[in-house]
Amino acid sequence: MQFAKTNYRKFLKTLVFILSLAPLVWLLFSILSDTFLGTKIMTANPVQKLDRELGDWGLIFIILSLSIRPSAEILNFPGLIVYRRMLGLFAFFYVCLHVLSYVTLNLQLNFDALLEDIIKRNFITVGIVAFIFMIPLAVTSTKTMIKWIGGRRWQLLHFLIYPIVLMAVWHFFMMVRADFSRPIVYLTIIIVLLCYRFWSRLRKINKNS
Amino acid sequence: MLIKYKRKSEIKPSEITPRSIFFNRRKFIQTATIAGGISILPNFFISSFASNRVKLSNFKKTSFGKVEKLTTYEAITNYNNFYEFGTGKSDPARNAHVFKPEPWTLEVAGFAKKTGKFDLDDLVRQHQLQERIYRLRCVEAWSMVIPWVGIPLVDIIKRFEPDSKAKFVAFETLVDEEQMPGQKNRSLDWPYVEGLRMDEAMHPLTILAVGVYGERMPNQNGAPIRLVVPWKYGFKSIKSIVKISFVDKKPPTTWNIQAPNEYGFYSNVNPNVDHPRWSQKSERRISGEGGFGAIFTPRIETKFLNGYAAEVASLYKGMDLKKFY
Repeated sequence: MQFAKTNYRKFLKTLVFILSLAPLVWLLFSILSDTFLGTKIMTANPVQKLDRELGDWGLIFIILSLSIRPSAEILNFPGLIVYRRMLGLFAFFYVCLHVLSYVTLNLQLNFDALLEDIIKRNFITVGIVAFIFMIPLAVTSTKTMIKWIGGRRWQLLHFLIYPIVLMAVWHFFMMVRADFSRPIVYLTIIIVLLCYRFWSRLRKINKNS
Repeated sequence: MLIKYKRKSEIKPSEITPRSIFFNRRKFIQTATIAGGISILPNFFISSFASNRVKLSNFKKTSFGKVEKLTTYEAITNYNNFYEFGTGKSDPARNAHVFKPEPWTLEVAGFAKKTGKFDLDDLVRQHQLQERIYRLRCVEAWSMVIPWVGIPLVDIIKRFEPDSKAKFVAFETLVDEEQMPGQKNRSLDWPYVEGLRMDEAMHPLTILAVGVYGERMPNQNGAPIRLVVPWKYGFKSIKSIVKISFVDKKPPTTWNIQAPNEYGFYSNVNPNVDHPRWSQKSERRISGEGGFGAIFTPRIETKFLNGYAAEVASLYKGMDLKKFY
């Protein structure tokens, strides 16, 4: 019985892992298909498309990791929590690829242009700051690190994900030229999640007092 | 009449890739995809195959152009900014089939002797069509090389006999949600409007285009008639024009209304004036090649006035182009 349950959990975790890789696999497949089969899945300007897609997935995974706890509480399914770290790390993974593709493929390693972008373009500045803030969160995601830092302080540090997600969606807003529908959808979800967290926090305080 | 004057940007005929090669290439791709055994998926993405293409007859080849290689027909017709059909780059090719470019009426208004409504075919028929190979530089820092077929705007303007009060020309795109489904979305203020100073409009480089690659203008590229001003960012070259007005004041222009600090009335290609959110110093030339070929193509430097400075720089003599961006 116990054995079956562990196996089931392992299977689910592997499934989530594979599903989280799917966007990357799809992007790589698309590029290869465009290269060797002459398809145009990534359009005639694949670098721009790749930049956007990777950034999009980074943001989606941040939002997914943020929605784990509310989902677990609402669905009364505490087991969901085990996927939060994986989704958070996938968010960092896609954001890293997003930054990497921007610096290597888009700017083609022109570091003068990169510096100029970071200093002069607000949307790049905000994006880079959000990315840098994600690094300590990713680094401290292991069990040993949590123990070493201490749960309370770790929680405080990981509270950074809220400014990060707001900066990420702000970065998206500033990038868009006219059609704000996508960033608006993301922002709406983020606001709902923030409201839920705030509300559940208040409830807890009320209960305790 | 062929207007002869010095053109620094002239193309050698030998530099133009023959049409047959492009079409053979397309055929090759098609065959290869089917042979690859995944014919359903890729063809879904290549929508241009399904469109009804019409060859234009009787157009004159000209020596306009540059030493760069032409962008493929497929890229020109599948990577578009045409928000009337959706804000994604692939949306116009996907959605423009509901558009009806025929019959088409062009309204002419303002300070001119001959104003009113004109049937487009009647109007175009009276002019010699010519092919012009121009670079197109998008404000988003990508560019193409496109063989347009059209008529110098100056020839059409002269037909309406504008008077001395006409200082600017204003253009307007069709508004019709049924034919242009992207207009259901308020992403921009419809109708799309654009304008040129009279001397810019009368410049021999400025054309009204009715075709590309010797074929009738595809819907997603601005059928049936669009403006092409090669030394300005692409968004100045307004598509699917229904109205031309001769006015005495600088007319409003869509992207300027949308974000005045980012898009000026002039919007001349200028590597020294950055867009507030990105540099305009370099650009990515879209050849039509996809995948790794496109990814690893080096960026190229953007030229002042898109490389047409020899022809048009005199229009802006004494103007501070940082101020009048």
